[in-house]
Amino acid sequence: MKCTRCGGSAEVKLRQHNANFCRDCFVPFLHKQVGRSIEKQNMIAPGESVLVAVSGGKDSLALWDVLIELGYQTTGLHLSLGIGGYSDRSTEKTVAFAEARDLELITVSLREEGLAVEDAARFTRRPACSACGTLKRHYFDRLAYDRGFPVVATGHNLDDEAARLLGNVLHWQMEYLARQHPVLQPTHEKFVRKVKPLYRTTEFESAAYCFFRKIDYVIEECPNSVGATQLIHKDALNKLEAASPGSKLAFVQEFLQRAQPQLASESNAPPRSCESCGMPSFAELCARCRLVREIESKRARHAASGA
Amino acid sequence: MRITILPEKKLVELSGRRRVGDILTELGFLPGTAMVIRGDELIPEGEMVEADDEIEVRSVISGG
Repeated sequence: MKCTRCGGSAEVKLRQHNANFCRDCFVPFLHKQVGRSIEKQNMIAPGESVLVAVSGGKDSLALWDVLIELGYQTTGLHLSLGIGGYSDRSTEKTVAFAEARDLELITVSLREEGLAVEDAARFTRRPACSACGTLKRHYFDRLAYDRGFPVVATGHNLDDEAARLLGNVLHWQMEYLARQHPVLQPTHEKFVRKVKPLYRTTEFESAAYCFFRKIDYVIEECPNSVGATQLIHKDALNKLEAASPGSKLAFVQEFLQRAQPQLASESNAPPRSCESCGMPSFAELCARCRLVREIESKRARHAASGA
Repeated sequence: MRITILPEKKLVELSGRRRVGDILTELGFLPGTAMVIRGDELIPEGEMVEADDEIEVRSVISGG
């Protein structure tokens, strides 16, 4: 199989683009694809420092690497989630990536904050993914605001966005659909802009990029993701993609062009401030503070019954 | 051919020379959901894998 660009020996076949690439042509292709997404959606202004949320997985490490290659000024933010050995290995990969490239990395341990995801799930009986999402959103927002970053970039890819869109459409989650966009502008003084530069990049492309760039990422899956609804949606979309290449990209792009602007114009009032921590909230207490109170209360009850 | 499937670290043996797409189908992977790796190279869907090759099939799907 020949590379569509140079005629050399191809290592990847991208059905959605009807193209094959050798590694020397694929890497600049991906840089260009992500660079165009950033420019087209006005994600990052010239000279802005970007806080990159890095999990240690293929997407966020690929994103960080691409942003550096595109010349952006970046700092990594890693949340060690407190999901057993999986989190320890994710932190190791992230720290190794940053150290090998002499990059600035902020690491926050949820276990040290008393909020390890496995404890939050155990004490509150909430699904682990719910507690995890709440805590991630809070710390990304808070650290970006506290450290003065104007923008946070996350490694959400095309498959994530298509699966999320499918889930939102299946249940006609109008408020979520209104906010589903690769750029979320701040709606509160303590929010910063959130961007998803990989929203047109497939999981396969970010994995192949890591392989060619020799980026050592966590291959294992989060133990809490077994049976996750998002994986069921991804599987359905990948079946459609196999029958009709380009379906996922068209699904997301057409939504963003045709439907999302109309939904966004009808979206609800901006958040107020959490009475406990001051971060944005749609209730008296933000989701993170409600979670913390629930954990503290259950811990106290647990300790009392144990004593 | 000897195949290591990641992230499960599962070992599988298949006989004969086969096309990458056929190997993925036999292992239950949809196109674009796994990388097929031989040594330091990725092998695209249409290419052949020899009977005595050792390959890695690495899922690229993550979620939760």
